[in-house]
Amino acid sequence: MTATPLTRTQGAGRAGDKIFSGAALAAGCLILAVLFGVALFLVVQAIPALTAPAAEIQGGAGFFAYIWPIVIGTLIAAVIALVIATPIAIGVALFISHFAPRGLAAGLGYVVDLLAAIPSVVYGAWGATFLAGQISPAYNWLAQNMGWLPIFQGPASATGKTILTAGIVLAVMVLPIITSLSREIFLQTPKLHEEAALALGATRWEMIKMSVLPFARPGIISAVMLGLGRALGETMAVALVLSSGALTASLIQSGNQTIAAEIALNFPEASGLKVSTLIAAGLVLFIITLAVNMIARWIITRHKEFSGAN
Amino acid sequence: MSKRIDVKDLNVYYGDFLAVEDVTINIEAKSVTAFIGPSGCGKSTFLRTLNRMHEVLPGARVEGEVLLDGDNLYGPGVDPVTVRSQIGMVFQRPNPFPTMSIRDNVLAGVKLNNKKISKGEADVLVERSLKGANLWNEVKDRLDKPGSGLSGGQQQRLCIARAIAVEPQVILMDEPCSALDPISTLAIEDLINELKDQYTVVIVTHNMQQAARVSDRTAFFNIAGTGKPGKLIEVGNTHTIFSNPTQKATEDYVSGRFG
Repeated sequence: MTATPLTRTQGAGRAGDKIFSGAALAAGCLILAVLFGVALFLVVQAIPALTAPAAEIQGGAGFFAYIWPIVIGTLIAAVIALVIATPIAIGVALFISHFAPRGLAAGLGYVVDLLAAIPSVVYGAWGATFLAGQISPAYNWLAQNMGWLPIFQGPASATGKTILTAGIVLAVMVLPIITSLSREIFLQTPKLHEEAALALGATRWEMIKMSVLPFARPGIISAVMLGLGRALGETMAVALVLSSGALTASLIQSGNQTIAAEIALNFPEASGLKVSTLIAAGLVLFIITLAVNMIARWIITRHKEFSGAN
Repeated sequence: MSKRIDVKDLNVYYGDFLAVEDVTINIEAKSVTAFIGPSGCGKSTFLRTLNRMHEVLPGARVEGEVLLDGDNLYGPGVDPVTVRSQIGMVFQRPNPFPTMSIRDNVLAGVKLNNKKISKGEADVLVERSLKGANLWNEVKDRLDKPGSGLSGGQQQRLCIARAIAVEPQVILMDEPCSALDPISTLAIEDLINELKDQYTVVIVTHNMQQAARVSDRTAFFNIAGTGKPGKLIEVGNTHTIFSNPTQKATEDYVSGRFG
């Protein structure tokens, strides 16, 4: 019997390793390069708008005066969407993963996934032509009865094409994202932890509170952040639904605008400094999304010690 | 604070498949009863029917009676949630809640059903339960650290502390040492010996020496072949089962001449 030498062998397996690690490295670098390229493009193209005299920017008061109302508008629309969508999505996901009978759960899962397959322009058309009309009586009621709250101040928009309607449409659009991801996380809860709760005499809801939700917390946050990313960047639906205008506190009057819709509506006819302004607006949106993702990561790592990963 | 269990003619099914057939056994209060037998003989399945934990598995159901001091666990109107708060369970692998501190893990069962408990009472209960599980001295300085940071044996004792904190009548243990090293196993076995002063303990084990060491009575389960139901072959005093069993199958199994 001859001893196998312990030196490195030159077989096909080694070549496979090299090709694979090279391909993985290239893919990783490509992502960074694309991200860097986009960021560079945004910065370079935005510089003229950022350095131009205030009077030449649209509105005549400088870039900052131009951008901040639509930043606020973007955030308002996204927050409305998440406030509406998150509880519903978690409820639906829990129903599918832990309450519904098996046949129903599968069916419901497909229907929710189907919601994600509807193009955003269809959502926009639905929101503008159907939802806005149907919902305006509710806005009148809100203006009459809750009008003392600045966000429900009247007179309500007669067409219903308000930032609240846009937010509701966005909620429907982000619902399937949050639901599908949450459902997958809920289903991954270790049986061991669920049984630990049940064996202590927990009811099903208590079991979910004790073992499923704590386990799924980072996943839910990620899901919500992905939903937020879509809500922030969504263009077509907002452009169609919202009758845009100046920043207003009331959610049921027409007015407000989001960055993405502002870019989409103005880009085709823009030229010169106007293009640069819109690209600068895009840069701001890019920064907001980046910040949101970093905050989400920070929230997740803050609780790492108790995450069960150790 | 301990009750006896009497099982009469119990059949366990998974869907249409009969998993455990016709078990009749009396489990004495304040004693340790061990279930031994080859893998797949239904001893863990049977153990789960004693606190209705089998209902977690899809399609699992039982026929027959399990009486806890005369009260049928499967009687009409009996809530499995109440059953499980009376009959605690410790699992094969330690399963403390990873997002909870050691202290919160101990209190997890006590805080269920919206029961309120003052901080003082909670402190007393945490100390008593952890002492009862022989874990107090090791963790008293880090009660606010996550339970998942403990060693496997410590985690398992934390799970036992969590189970006894709700003051159950019976504690079921499903191979509690199978994931532990010999030293941790010894700690758990010592603990089981102390627990029987207050609780009725039922333990499933693959380890016959362990059954011989910790139990007062031993039940031997066997299976005739794949796809056949598991059956209770023999139950008796541990000493008798290991030295002078009445059934040939039991003798073959405990002497290692099985199969």
